[in-house]
Amino acid sequence: MTDVAIRVNELTRTFGAFTAVDHISFDVTAGEVFGFLGANGAGKTTAIRMLIGLLQPSSGNARVAGYDVVGETEQVKRSIGYMSQRFSLYEDLTPRENIRLYGGIYGLTRHQIRERTARMLERLGFSGVADTPVSSLPLGWRQKLAFSVALVHQPRIVFLDEPTSGVDPITRRQFWELIYEAASNGTTVLVTTHYMDEAEYCDRVSIMVAGRIAAMGTPAELKGQAGVESIDELFVRLARPVGAGEEHRTRGAGLVRPADGEHQ
Amino acid sequence: MTDAVTVESLVKRFGPTVALDDVSFAVAKGELFGFVGPDGGGKTTLFRILVSLLVPDSGRGRVLGLDIVRDFRALRQRVGYMAGRFSLYPDLSVEENLTFFASVFGTTVAREYEQIKPIYSQLEPFKDRRAAALSGGMKQKLALCCALVHRPDILFLDEPTTGVDAVSRREFWDLLGSMKRGGLTTLVSTPYMDEATRCDRIALMHRSKLLGVDTPAGISGGFGRPLVGIHASDRYKALLALRAYEHAHSVYPFGEVMHYTDARLDMPAERIASDVEGFLVARGFRDVTAAPLTPTVEDTFIARTASNPGNNA
Repeated sequence: MTDVAIRVNELTRTFGAFTAVDHISFDVTAGEVFGFLGANGAGKTTAIRMLIGLLQPSSGNARVAGYDVVGETEQVKRSIGYMSQRFSLYEDLTPRENIRLYGGIYGLTRHQIRERTARMLERLGFSGVADTPVSSLPLGWRQKLAFSVALVHQPRIVFLDEPTSGVDPITRRQFWELIYEAASNGTTVLVTTHYMDEAEYCDRVSIMVAGRIAAMGTPAELKGQAGVESIDELFVRLARPVGAGEEHRTRGAGLVRPADGEHQ
Repeated sequence: MTDAVTVESLVKRFGPTVALDDVSFAVAKGELFGFVGPDGGGKTTLFRILVSLLVPDSGRGRVLGLDIVRDFRALRQRVGYMAGRFSLYPDLSVEENLTFFASVFGTTVAREYEQIKPIYSQLEPFKDRRAAALSGGMKQKLALCCALVHRPDILFLDEPTTGVDAVSRREFWDLLGSMKRGGLTTLVSTPYMDEATRCDRIALMHRSKLLGVDTPAGISGGFGRPLVGIHASDRYKALLALRAYEHAHSVYPFGEVMHYTDARLDMPAERIASDVEGFLVARGFRDVTAAPLTPTVEDTFIARTASNPGNNA
């Protein structure tokens, strides 16, 4: 297995009669930035929860960093970092304290923590705010810090959940540069988002619709095959049958499912 | 008078924080007018002032000819407001929420049915479902219905598409477009630059200030430099290489490509493109392509805020 960071094979999860994730298969190569896209309720969160060992698959299997997500959950958790859109940092703690805390949780030595804290604060340009509570930093700065903290134990794979929603365009680009830098150093990055313009930053994307992978490829390939200008356009086409005007919208409304455990 | 909204030098502070810094603009009747900018830029504070929920520290504003401070009672009868946070009753059903908001304004759902029908028809199959159990897109449509049920003359929508998926986002903007054709004046805010193109005019907001007001085409056209999109095999290393190029003015990732502007202002875009392509190829980068691009609203936003101190952390 040369450089496969994530291997997913016919992964399936049902909740009662409802199939949230329906036989999905894909590989992610080490150092790749892989976009995992889908509307709310498409099954993204359920799939991710299986990949990080929080939820048992109903059938199928997956290996993350070479470890089985069912049988080797602890090794999986040590090999990954996770940054959620909502909560990743302790807001009452300073950037320095957050880094130290997460370093401790992941069992880094005191020396490692000191050295990585200094390096991260410098890389982020945070020397002036290293001892300021996180709650008083702008959203974009918190997001950049959260990403760096998710990498503190140098995981092989990092999962990002809608990392740049609501962030200003300049900070957003600094954020994507951090992602590219991590990928360039061999870290695999899996980004889940329902904002299709974020998808365009990924090396490859998959689009989930109703529990299945409806499309997968580089953004350029997918746009070329479908003859569309943007991933957003392709997404709308996949998620809704071709139609126009009111009829199209009314049918769309029928596709919306009740909350199926996806709280994003 | 044809202006639905006029605002002059609005200022609002919260303690030491300046939330709105000398903001002035006017919105014409029937316009679909967007406020575009990141979180924390002042959009919500501005909307809350315009619907009379907050009082400005200084400056003046009129909505539908009514003073936003003195005439607040009359104003509240005539504006529809959709707050950024989901502000309906989660334990009430779709229908109960709508009935409640109609009754607050002394009307009934039946009487206003034609007004809300285009949106409500999509919600009706779920009218007995609790609001809390709706998907993000459906919640936003219900909130829009509740904001429209008293036939407002002007609508204020604060980030109606935040947290809503791409399909629902598009449907929501389609609805705003059809309401505009019906003559309704709408002010809408969004952190997403791509949504700006659906507005007649947009105001760029950043750090409590208005950076400019123009049509989407005018904003893109105001970029001021030739823009080149560059693709190369190793994106991150190419980015660093370009940044170190002696003629580079700005280089930043933009979706699949990098956006590049050159410091040589007299050079046409085609020549810049072939120049940087040659630069990257000579440094061993593979799959290099470079081509002139039309700037987007987001490019303009970046250019106008880049010089702002504090953006480099």
